[in-house]
Amino acid sequence: MSDDLIKTIFGRLTLESFPIHEPILVGTFIMVAIGGAAVLGALTYFKLWGYLWKEWFTSVDHKKIGIMYIVLALIMFLRGFADALMMRAQQAMAFGGSEGFLPAHHYDQVFTAHGVIMIFFVAMPFVTGLMNYVVPLQIGARDVSFPFLNNFSFWMTVSGAVTVMMSLFVGEFARTGWLAMAPLSGLDYSPDVGVDYYIWALQIAGVGTLLSGVNLLATIIKMRAPGMSLMQMPIFTWSALVTNVLIVAAFPVLTAVLAMLSLDRYIGTNFFTNTGGGNPMMYVNMIWIWGHPEVYILILPAFGVFSEVVSTFSGKRLFGYTSMVYALIVICILSYLVWLHHFFTMGSGASVNSFFGITTMIISIPTGAKIFNWLFTMYRGRIRFELPMMWAVAFMLTFVVGGMTGVMLAVPPADFQFHNSLFLIAHFHNVIIGGVLFGMFAGVNYWWPKAFGFKLDRFWGTISFWCWVVGFWVAFTPLYVLGLMGVTRRLRAFEDPSLQIWFVIAAIGALIIAAGIGAMLMQFYVSIRDREKLRDVTGDPWNGRTLEWATSSPPPAYNFAFTPVVHDLDAWHDMKSKKAERPTTGFRAIHMPKNTGAGIILAGLSTVFGVAMIWYIWWLAALSFVALIATAIGHTFNYDRDFHIPAEDVVNSEDARTRALQSAGV
Amino acid sequence: MNRRPARRAPGRTPFVRHLAAAAALLALGGCDTVVMNPAGDVAVQQSHLIVWSVVLMLLIIIPVMALTVVFAWRYREQNTEASYEPDWDHSTGLELVIWAAPLLIIIALGALTWVGTHTLDPYRPLARTAPGKPVAATQKPLEVQVVSLDWKWLFIYPEQGVATVNELVVPVDRPVKFTMTSSSVMNALWIPSMAGMIYTMPGMETVLHGVLNRTGRFEGRSGNYSGAGFSHMTFWTHSVTPARFDQWVAGVKRNRWQLDLGTYRKLEKPSEKVRPIGFGAIDRSLFPRIVGMCVNPGTTCMQGMSHAGPAVNDRPQAPGEAEGALTRDPSQKGESPHISAPKGNAPGAAQPGAEDNRNMTQLDLPAPLRATASKEA
Repeated sequence: MSDDLIKTIFGRLTLESFPIHEPILVGTFIMVAIGGAAVLGALTYFKLWGYLWKEWFTSVDHKKIGIMYIVLALIMFLRGFADALMMRAQQAMAFGGSEGFLPAHHYDQVFTAHGVIMIFFVAMPFVTGLMNYVVPLQIGARDVSFPFLNNFSFWMTVSGAVTVMMSLFVGEFARTGWLAMAPLSGLDYSPDVGVDYYIWALQIAGVGTLLSGVNLLATIIKMRAPGMSLMQMPIFTWSALVTNVLIVAAFPVLTAVLAMLSLDRYIGTNFFTNTGGGNPMMYVNMIWIWGHPEVYILILPAFGVFSEVVSTFSGKRLFGYTSMVYALIVICILSYLVWLHHFFTMGSGASVNSFFGITTMIISIPTGAKIFNWLFTMYRGRIRFELPMMWAVAFMLTFVVGGMTGVMLAVPPADFQFHNSLFLIAHFHNVIIGGVLFGMFAGVNYWWPKAFGFKLDRFWGTISFWCWVVGFWVAFTPLYVLGLMGVTRRLRAFEDPSLQIWFVIAAIGALIIAAGIGAMLMQFYVSIRDREKLRDVTGDPWNGRTLEWATSSPPPAYNFAFTPVVHDLDAWHDMKSKKAERPTTGFRAIHMPKNTGAGIILAGLSTVFGVAMIWYIWWLAALSFVALIATAIGHTFNYDRDFHIPAEDVVNSEDARTRALQSAGV
Repeated sequence: MNRRPARRAPGRTPFVRHLAAAAALLALGGCDTVVMNPAGDVAVQQSHLIVWSVVLMLLIIIPVMALTVVFAWRYREQNTEASYEPDWDHSTGLELVIWAAPLLIIIALGALTWVGTHTLDPYRPLARTAPGKPVAATQKPLEVQVVSLDWKWLFIYPEQGVATVNELVVPVDRPVKFTMTSSSVMNALWIPSMAGMIYTMPGMETVLHGVLNRTGRFEGRSGNYSGAGFSHMTFWTHSVTPARFDQWVAGVKRNRWQLDLGTYRKLEKPSEKVRPIGFGAIDRSLFPRIVGMCVNPGTTCMQGMSHAGPAVNDRPQAPGEAEGALTRDPSQKGESPHISAPKGNAPGAAQPGAEDNRNMTQLDLPAPLRATASKEA
């Protein structure tokens, strides 16, 4: 075959695109291949394919989609954490002329992948999954507004994750840092496939994120149970509402800036190039106009989780609900007025820098008010230190330090010293681990019994908790110190031997966190094994206050046999205190959306399209794009989208719950 | 800031002692660092701002942390003696306090920020070189033109007519004005002992003022990731007496290498771990040409024909510049001077230290430059 024909068929994909000379990658690939084969073999052996396809992959049930989001987040978390361990090891080793074990080509991909994966494919699916699972239950809805769209959004996120993972074994990932700043990410300085993997993974996953934002927004606005005014929504739902407003307003900016970057790279426009009228500073501005709201997209749902947890486990109404809601709204608005604080060092004038520095500090006022509100929710409460509450207290103690260092960074002249230093790295891990991750762990421990009908094991949960909290401080305190010692981020090798001890301590901290992750996986395993012992039949294991605890655990597909009517803020607590009777008769057939495979097919075609674009396989890109559009249009002709759960099925499952409640003596 | 080691208290358990030792180490590590104890007046003022912002915030952080612990302990379920008010969820007085307390602190910090940001504006010529030592109106700062190259630093001294690579020498107590740009991607000039960092950007000019008040050798590096050779983009800044500075200039002037356009074009090619180089003569139009992105023969400068004034990036695209993948010849795909993938038979992680892993940076400087570099070393 002629060379041209091969190039036409395979684009720039050649045998050299497979990193067979990198033993680390080959080893990883072998492990992944063996593990993957084992999983696939087990699924086939136990004949689970049909079950997975019918009950999960094609499901439009918000509960199942929420769980799948969180499973995706946990899987990607292991990958992102493996990257973190490699960085810690490299930085602890590469001193005194030693180059460590990672060459620049590999190391620079590792830190880029770590950031991209942790933000886009761990934190985002985690919060989206939690919102997906909890919000409809909290507002007494049967599902989200657009159930198919929900399934499609999830699979688009998976498609983005698959694209990133593919870059590990075919070609390479970006070596630009997690925001792919121009001009470094332009074709002139990053000519290979790395940045293209980055662009297409985020564009495809971004479709999912944006649509899921639209979906949850519509759900919260339109599908609340009768009687639930906006100011009677559970606070987690409020945080979800504000978060999704941020998603809908911010993600199109990311889509636009990545689209312009790809135009620069593919057809030679000059949006962000050094010459021809381009302006790389514009890229930096635009990516942070998305990027700053993004950090609030991550933290606000965590705030919502903590509000629910603190109130529930203190056995008290949330202190200052109204001020909590306004704090959320103020944070939402202010988060759009601070993006420039990410680049005070780019030479803006003093007045511009001060403006953005001061708006940044102002955000700490509503945030501080929220901390106080949690504090006074605990005040005169009866605090039960179950696992979620332990995470909440650890969060309050950890997060305030991160908040303090954040305000330090917001003083522009101080930021000239802190910018891009390890102090900054320590700061944002302080708020993302201490805030977002602790919040997600609190949420998983809190809502797990709702999702599966049994509590999580306390022993392993406690071990995981202490390893995480201690490990976090051991890993990131040295980074604060190193930042003050003048060490910048993304360094691969060091000359000053006095720095090494701090990197070694940080690496030990990472290992303690690894033990925490191990304990968490163990916690899941032990809990599933001992599920009968940990079983909760009441559906309300924590003496909860909001509507999700009113239904059975796990909830039936239809969530509530009768749509609840809300009279008070803590609706379920209100019903319990008024001794409201659970209806046991008069059930009717329930109208529900039908499962569909269209979401997974569309996402699969999107993956093919993305990969074809990355490797310049134009014929395949055109083909998959046409197939994508045709499938989407074809799906609109599918009128077989809904069904009724027959009344007798509802009667059966509700009667079973009545018997279970009676036998439990509730 | 306390350098005394933690005293051994009798009767304490070893664990407490270790904890105390760790805390002392941390306090030492945190305070006696280059950022908190720098050698230049600008950086000193920046460290004072850091201390003030911490003190102001601790006013609220410490009570919050203490209350968290106290409430968590006092209102634990087992303590049935503590009062329990399950429906208490509002107090206008408390709400006022919890919004007003952070607000007051932010007002104070905001005022500090506004003043500090304006006095420490990197573009603003220094008003003093140290507390109580104002800069006379007649005293001109030392001008240094800085170009970040892949992956090394070029310092041009236009007054002295010399230039160096990866070595910066400044007279002690004299204000320095850095005028900065970059050859390809963004970097940031960071000499933490002297002043905070400011970006260097291609086709643009940024400014940073600073001063060093102690003689000695201080570390400088790039503060913004710029590609494969970024880790070793470090240089020493020597702060020397004025007499020693003149001596040094005279020494560099004896160097026969001249930094003209041709030499620059060789120099700007990617290389890393470059030893210091001195150029005894310079082409004074070089820096404006680098800013104007017109070091290659036949390219129009962004400033127009004059090579002066601000660079405005409205020049039409020259052939071969910033082409997209679709219009590139297939053979060009994957080619770039800045590429960091090893070429040829790099052993990769099998032999991480192997020089072949690094050949993507075209480690070899052009021969004459290499000779100079080794002589300097």
